Amino acid sequence: MARKLLLEHAHVEGIHTLEVYRKNGGYRAVEKALKSMSPDDVVEEVKKSGLRGRGGAGFPTGMKWSFIAKPDGVPRHLLCNADESEPGTFKDRYLMEKIPHLLIEGMILSSYALGCNSSYIYIRGEYMYVLQILEKAIAEAYADGWLGKNIKGSGFDLDLFVSPGAGAYICGEETALIESLEGKRGNPRMKPPFPAVQGLWARPTVVNNVETIAAVVPIVNEGGDAYAGIGVGKSTGTKLISASGNINKPGVYEIELGVSVEEFIYSDQYCGGIKNGKQIKACVPGGSSVPILPHYLITKTAAGESRLMTYESLADGGFATGSMLGSGGFIVYDEDQCIVRNTWNFSRFYHHESCGQCSPCREGTGWMEKVLHRLEYGHGKMEDIDLLWDIQRQIEGNTICPLGDAAAWPVAAAIRHFREEFEWHVNEPKRCMEKNYGLVKEKTFEPVNA
Amino acid sequence: MAQFPEGKQKSALLRVLHIAQAHFGYLSTEVMDYVARLLHILPIEVYEVATFYSMYDTNPVGKVKLEVCRTGPCMIEGAEKIVTYIEQKLGIKDGETTSDGLFTLKTVECLGACGYAPMLQAGEKFHEHLTEEKVDQLIETYRNKPVANYMGLENNG
Repeated sequence: MARKLLLEHAHVEGIHTLEVYRKNGGYRAVEKALKSMSPDDVVEEVKKSGLRGRGGAGFPTGMKWSFIAKPDGVPRHLLCNADESEPGTFKDRYLMEKIPHLLIEGMILSSYALGCNSSYIYIRGEYMYVLQILEKAIAEAYADGWLGKNIKGSGFDLDLFVSPGAGAYICGEETALIESLEGKRGNPRMKPPFPAVQGLWARPTVVNNVETIAAVVPIVNEGGDAYAGIGVGKSTGTKLISASGNINKPGVYEIELGVSVEEFIYSDQYCGGIKNGKQIKACVPGGSSVPILPHYLITKTAAGESRLMTYESLADGGFATGSMLGSGGFIVYDEDQCIVRNTWNFSRFYHHESCGQCSPCREGTGWMEKVLHRLEYGHGKMEDIDLLWDIQRQIEGNTICPLGDAAAWPVAAAIRHFREEFEWHVNEPKRCMEKNYGLVKEKTFEPVNA
Repeated sequence: MAQFPEGKQKSALLRVLHIAQAHFGYLSTEVMDYVARLLHILPIEVYEVATFYSMYDTNPVGKVKLEVCRTGPCMIEGAEKIVTYIEQKLGIKDGETTSDGLFTLKTVECLGACGYAPMLQAGEKFHEHLTEEKVDQLIETYRNKPVANYMGLENNG
């Protein structure tokens, strides 16, 4: 049975209340840290654990923490990124809704480690009902002395607040999130200066994903080494995966990193296989931004090895034949789905969500959406496919923030793996309205030299 | 506002706009100017934020906003059919409001309910695993009962 570190008690009746959460071992990690560990000890355990950012980028959390500047007399801030809006991702919402105190406990530990005395949870505006759950839990924590002045006699003070966004995907980018929290438009900032030096109100700031912060709780409880004992190589611990699409059991699953993709899709413990006994056509393993994989590259890498749910294995083969673990937004497509339509849908999303600051992204995402619309609705030309390829190349790497890359990658991967389906849309316009193209033919790949 | 340090009251803007919109129905210029005075910032600082974020309406909308998610996983599970169904049922197109001022239909991008698709948000409530019958039901419910838009605040606009 797979170990669960975050969702172990998710189904306990009343776990959203402080009382039940306490009975199930809640706030034990705060007691331990405040009594017997220095802030640096906590950072050290997180470093040892090998925990990597769960928001999508996978940057080592301990290292990120060690970058924070500590000038005298300047307050520092910890921000929790709960602006979850990557299509395919709904794990943070689940965690906050079910076990709000786990996030609060993680916030206390992380704030203690970083020396922050006022921390914020920035939550997307659409999750207004989750915001209310969090605020209620925070009020309980204040009343019981887990937040506020001199927490449990330790001398450590922490105020924790929740602040809503208002419907902008871009605010999940850390500098846009900071701008938004300052009450401005969510336009990402140029780096440097990095938030660790000048973030919120020009003060040193760390921004971490909900799941990352929650994972600090088991790390403090069990120790960094124990956490690092789970997983494979540099992919340590457990990860929440939000599974959606044409599968029998969509939902949020906590996996030990290193489970095989095959097991994740077909085992009854997880997705339970493809709906209606159909065949799998494609899979987006880490949220809409990551490259889509065709059926023959999902459970096996190009080299023929079994693909695992780890940062490394999902990326095996680079973008030529691999993808990314990303935020863990696992979307499965069956044989009846149209890749051109899906790519158009995602491009529309990125066009809608581009903040408009950088021309390649502001204009390019719109062009891609239009060209893909044309192809999908039977007015496309063969040159359009190369045109799309060209546009995405001009966006990637040419923008302030990664939204440009995130818009370019799914288009690039769709053309790379499903070119024949795009050509079919040109040759047989509107055919896909009646029947879809089905599975693409398997291609062989030259081995990539490392 | 007390959440933010002295002199950083502008940070409360997004929340204040949510409250204002829930109360007045939409953010008119008068409302935005009032918010600017409240937070001691320039009106333009409010306008630019109100027009940037997709949840704010600067034009009147219906008492109940039906926001249907149209992105990726929801599309696979039939979001387009749900939109068409609502369009026919209410006799409005995406972005329009019924003549009685009750319902506005809006398609929106991913709301983070991909595993429970298709879905829509009405006020602050999520309705998931939608079917035509469920849509019928919830439209009936909202016809008779106003929807909470923010922290239980109803639209009085």
